[in-house]
Amino acid sequence: MSLYVDLAVFLAAGLAFPLAAVLVSKLFRRDYPDPVKEIAYESGVLPIGDARVRYHIHYYIFALIFLVFDVESLFLFPWAVVFRDLAPVLALVEAIVFIALLVVGLVYAWKRRVLTWI
Amino acid sequence: MPPAWAAPYVAPWVWTVVLALVKLVVVVAFVLLNATVLIWLERKVSGHMQNRVGPLRVGGPAGLLQSFADILKLLSKEDYAPRRGDRWMWALAPSVAFAPALLVFFVLPFGPHLVVQDLNVGLVFVTAVTSFTLLAIFMAGWGSDDKYSLIGAMRAGAQLFSYEIPMAMALVAVALATGTLDLVALVERQRAMWLIVPQFLAFLVFYVSSIAELNRTPFDLAEAESELVAGYHTEYSGLRWAIFFLAEYTNLLSSSILGALVFLGGWNGPWLPGWAWVIVKAYALIFVAMWIRWTLPRVRIDQLMDLGWKFLLPVSLVNIAVTGLWVAVRG
Repeated sequence: MSLYVDLAVFLAAGLAFPLAAVLVSKLFRRDYPDPVKEIAYESGVLPIGDARVRYHIHYYIFALIFLVFDVESLFLFPWAVVFRDLAPVLALVEAIVFIALLVVGLVYAWKRRVLTWI
Repeated sequence: MPPAWAAPYVAPWVWTVVLALVKLVVVVAFVLLNATVLIWLERKVSGHMQNRVGPLRVGGPAGLLQSFADILKLLSKEDYAPRRGDRWMWALAPSVAFAPALLVFFVLPFGPHLVVQDLNVGLVFVTAVTSFTLLAIFMAGWGSDDKYSLIGAMRAGAQLFSYEIPMAMALVAVALATGTLDLVALVERQRAMWLIVPQFLAFLVFYVSSIAELNRTPFDLAEAESELVAGYHTEYSGLRWAIFFLAEYTNLLSSSILGALVFLGGWNGPWLPGWAWVIVKAYALIFVAMWIRWTLPRVRIDQLMDLGWKFLLPVSLVNIAVTGLWVAVRG
């Protein structure tokens, strides 16, 4: 019970603190609104077009590989904790097979030069 | 549950909430104080490494009050928003950056009982919470509608998730070697020998990845000043920018404390009280991070991705296999 109360208090405070800080700074600052100040900064040149354009497919591919290995790490954590309670050799072999399956994917991506940043 | 002397006066739920608030105030005070000290330290260390003296004039011995002067300055700065951006995302990004930075301290212990909540999955909690930083950076970059911001955010995205994997894998090896994810138990198991000795490879992977996760030089591509102005926080000013800065230094502090706890034996040490050892060890790691900042030049993005995927990830996977073999043989 106290765990979730603490968690809620910390999360709420973490989210609220920055907003509260900006409000408090209202007491110390004076704003001089000006439409020119609201233009996106591009080293003094007026921005042309939207910044939110299409990006290279690479980011997406890396995100996919990341997802695979992130989930793998989540499976490995419980395995690592209970490792001593399992039959050690069998558990080790199973985990290595599991890691190897994903390493095959990594090697494939590596060989297809997906991991090469252009 | 309230203790016996308070039980007649307060309801249990009131006691729980008050206790939570007290913990919160202590942690926030600790975080703010340390962030202030860290900013001062960073400037002093940078100064001395470049044969300068760093801040001196503002006040106090060795310019100790410089950070406070900076806070006052930032408080009085004008606040304005990019017109065309996604206003809500832009405004909420600092909150999303700061909340996980604070939440990490939820599980970081400074002694056997000196901890907000001793979770039995503390290590996973830390890795899970810190990955939210990426969300904040991306919200800032997307919400700003600034080309520099979005390029910085895209780079930060690629970088942060590339280094999260080796970091998690290094911590899997740690869990394998100690058989626990509970940070208190983890430190207690290092009574005889610090974990950095048997798990030196994991420590190296962890430390390099944590520097990359913190966006610090040599991995500061997300805010490379010479190419991207300020990266994802180009469109932030005053206190909103200061919150990003605060979150960054809080993350530096928390990941150094995590390194001290997991690899450097936490509160195990002679003479000093336990919590002081944690802080001393954490500051030693912070000093090395600052030292690296002034030693190595910024890497290119292809070198960055190569280091993460083609070196640190295979190394950490091999480390898991070797650690497993070692544990299996020793029983």
